Amino acid sequence: MMAMLGFLSLMLAVGCAAGGLVTLLAGHRLRHDPARAAWGRAAAAGLFAGVTLAVVMMEAALIGFDFSIRYVAANVNRATPLLFRVAGLWGALEGSILLWAWILAALTLLVAVKYRGRHPDLIPSVLTVLFGIALFFVGVMVGPANPFARLPVVPPDGRGLNPLLQNHLLMAIHPPLLYVGYVGLSIPYAFAMGTLLSGQHRDEWMTLTRRWTLVAWTSLTAGLLLGARWSYDVLGWGGYWAWDPVENAAFMPWLVATAFIHSSMVQERRRLLRIWNVSLVILAFLLTIFGTFLTRSGILASVHSFTQSLIGPVFVAFLGLVMVASLLALLARLPQIRDEGWLDSPLSREAMMLLNNVVLLTMAFTIFVGTIFPLIVEAATGAKVTVGPPFFNRLFVPLGIVLLMVMGLGTALRWGRSGAEEMRKLGWLIGITLLTVTALGFAGIRGAGLVALGAVCFVTVAQVGEYVRGALARRAATSESFPVALRSLFALNRQRYYGYLTHLGLAIVITGIVGSQSGRIEVQRQLLVGQAMQVGGYTLRLDGLVALPGADKLVVAAPVAVFSGNSTALAGSPGSPGALDILRPSENFYRQARTPVPTPAVRSTWRQDLYVVLMAFDPAAQSAVLRAVVTPLVSWIWVGGTIMVIAGVLAGWPSHPT
Amino acid sequence: MAVAPNMRSSWPRVWAGIAGAAGAAVLLLVLVFGLHRDPGAIPSPLIGRQAPEFVLPLFDGGTLATPALRGRVVVVNFWASWCVPACYEEAPHLQRIWDRYRDRGLTVVGVNIQDQDRLARDFIARFGLTFPNGVDRLGTISIDYGVYGVPETFLVDRKGRIVHKYAGAVTEEMLVSEIEPLLADADGASP
Repeated sequence: MMAMLGFLSLMLAVGCAAGGLVTLLAGHRLRHDPARAAWGRAAAAGLFAGVTLAVVMMEAALIGFDFSIRYVAANVNRATPLLFRVAGLWGALEGSILLWAWILAALTLLVAVKYRGRHPDLIPSVLTVLFGIALFFVGVMVGPANPFARLPVVPPDGRGLNPLLQNHLLMAIHPPLLYVGYVGLSIPYAFAMGTLLSGQHRDEWMTLTRRWTLVAWTSLTAGLLLGARWSYDVLGWGGYWAWDPVENAAFMPWLVATAFIHSSMVQERRRLLRIWNVSLVILAFLLTIFGTFLTRSGILASVHSFTQSLIGPVFVAFLGLVMVASLLALLARLPQIRDEGWLDSPLSREAMMLLNNVVLLTMAFTIFVGTIFPLIVEAATGAKVTVGPPFFNRLFVPLGIVLLMVMGLGTALRWGRSGAEEMRKLGWLIGITLLTVTALGFAGIRGAGLVALGAVCFVTVAQVGEYVRGALARRAATSESFPVALRSLFALNRQRYYGYLTHLGLAIVITGIVGSQSGRIEVQRQLLVGQAMQVGGYTLRLDGLVALPGADKLVVAAPVAVFSGNSTALAGSPGSPGALDILRPSENFYRQARTPVPTPAVRSTWRQDLYVVLMAFDPAAQSAVLRAVVTPLVSWIWVGGTIMVIAGVLAGWPSHPT
Repeated sequence: MAVAPNMRSSWPRVWAGIAGAAGAAVLLLVLVFGLHRDPGAIPSPLIGRQAPEFVLPLFDGGTLATPALRGRVVVVNFWASWCVPACYEEAPHLQRIWDRYRDRGLTVVGVNIQDQDRLARDFIARFGLTFPNGVDRLGTISIDYGVYGVPETFLVDRKGRIVHKYAGAVTEEMLVSEIEPLLADADGASP
């Protein structure tokens, strides 16, 4: 019943997407046609209604254990808690395509309603593009990736979600955020393509899409941050980023979107970089499709229950179609959107933004090559190779340092042509940075870490300097107090001052990365209950083994008392005074998994994280194998990332008329 | 980066188009190549070797000893009733293979592993499976075949050699394309 209704709603969605596409394409030559515009809106509403209904049906099936549906049987079992039954929608391929289509349908409807009656020569073309993309995704679901496909016999119970996903709350929000970011990038793409299709505009789409892009970027940032956090909290190796193809797939569009946010300001302000911007947006969109393909086709990473699905070829075909269509549209309109001028001076903010674009794109290209290099080699020679973290790290350290320098310079320099005042600013900046680097050098920091921290200092001082200068100027002009003046800066120019805040957040993230990469101490030991081990200034004592049966899993925890210092005089009963903390690393036994999933326990301070994993245990011998990792500055990554996300949200927040 | 202002000639456009199209074509070709391989496939060292022999106690009584099947093409399928959804998807396909080829010299053998007797019998009854099906109670058969997970399916030729291993659900079409030549190959030859 639910399967049937769900599938019918998807058919409705396909009909609406196709109808909208055809109506708008047919009406392409008749501009300013209100009837067609109304049909377009109706189709958008129908598309949204259809996909929404399908999502409701799928959720009802997941929550109500309808194991006659293959997707439900594969991703939920009777012990799965409600939250993860709901989150099962994005636990596997078909459901996540449904989620993708749902977000896209919502955004399409939003565009249709928000710009109702405005930009009548642009919006129909934009909607045409959005309907085209939507048609692909809903079409895939009535074809090779039908989420409502049924099993011939209803199994008594389902398999259940991948335990790695079910083992952390973040899994309930990380994928939707990432998807909002991915799908959100189709809006600037649709506006760029609509601009090319309509053939009449050049710069309007910049202003129209600014906030859409910002929302997409912020969601992607939050998604990446939560993904890193999930990896840290669940995977049990004490790291947060592994250059895994799935991570790379999300990071590439983020880099290109970041580049676009900067270069779009150059176009808004100076009417430059038009071709560049259109190309960036096309690239960002292609990378979201490519990323979905990489993670969902099983081409690079595969699980045991690999099925020969048609989804891979269909995605490749769509990727090819988007490439060809975008390239043709761009080439056809190249003369119209060509820039009339060029940068006034290399010592300008726009020149630095262009340079930042080049660095960000080089980063994205590096990841792209590293991700598909194994495929290229295998296609050419048949040999299987892997590209690991050393490759990416070696290239990203110098690129990251250059990026930070450019960020600092771009903040300090002005639009157009910089003068004596900016040179004085730069002099101060360089002076403070050199002093800091010298101090850090005396503090014993050496090598790439020192250079990177110097660059971080350069960026930080540049941003703080802008706040101080802005607030002082405002205080002089309005006689507001300094804190009030500082606050009103944000209200006056959100994009600019929240942008600086994002830069500061990134500086904090990079400090965390530099710190955590520089000094990691790792110890693995087998302990009997009551025995202790030392790791990086901490003493850990195993206090016991506790089994805790839960509804969906059996948890075996090992309480570990943490003492500071390398004290060996730890005689005493469990829970003895003087312990800094009691950590409870555990192993979780899910019935759907043969091997347990560890849950590390972390004691986090601003200076360092103590990360303890229960690797194995023996209840008979009352012993456990513990791995303890001490990593400096990890929490800076979460703090800095959160600042970036908050700044992104506030910069894109609708401003109140004052 | 060098977008030269006001270029009149259309040649740069043509070249840009050619370069873009060539890059796109190369990428797509690499991806298409990538789809033709399974990065998770675990190659079985048993391919080409004699299939391990076993004696299987069957659910409906009696036993099946594989030496008795010499001269026939054999499909050995490892399954469990908790294996959702893959075992549920392939069960009807295996039954159809049995119906289609049993008279032409093929036997499907189901080997149930890590399961409960009642649930396994229920599974067989609900799918109406009629090919020989039994339990590998000690797990020795699955160890001999190097089974990594369920379902896994091995295709054995008339001479008792393993010619193919499938990890994950099989379909009728997948099996037919391999079975037909095996049946044809040895039709005339002595077993």
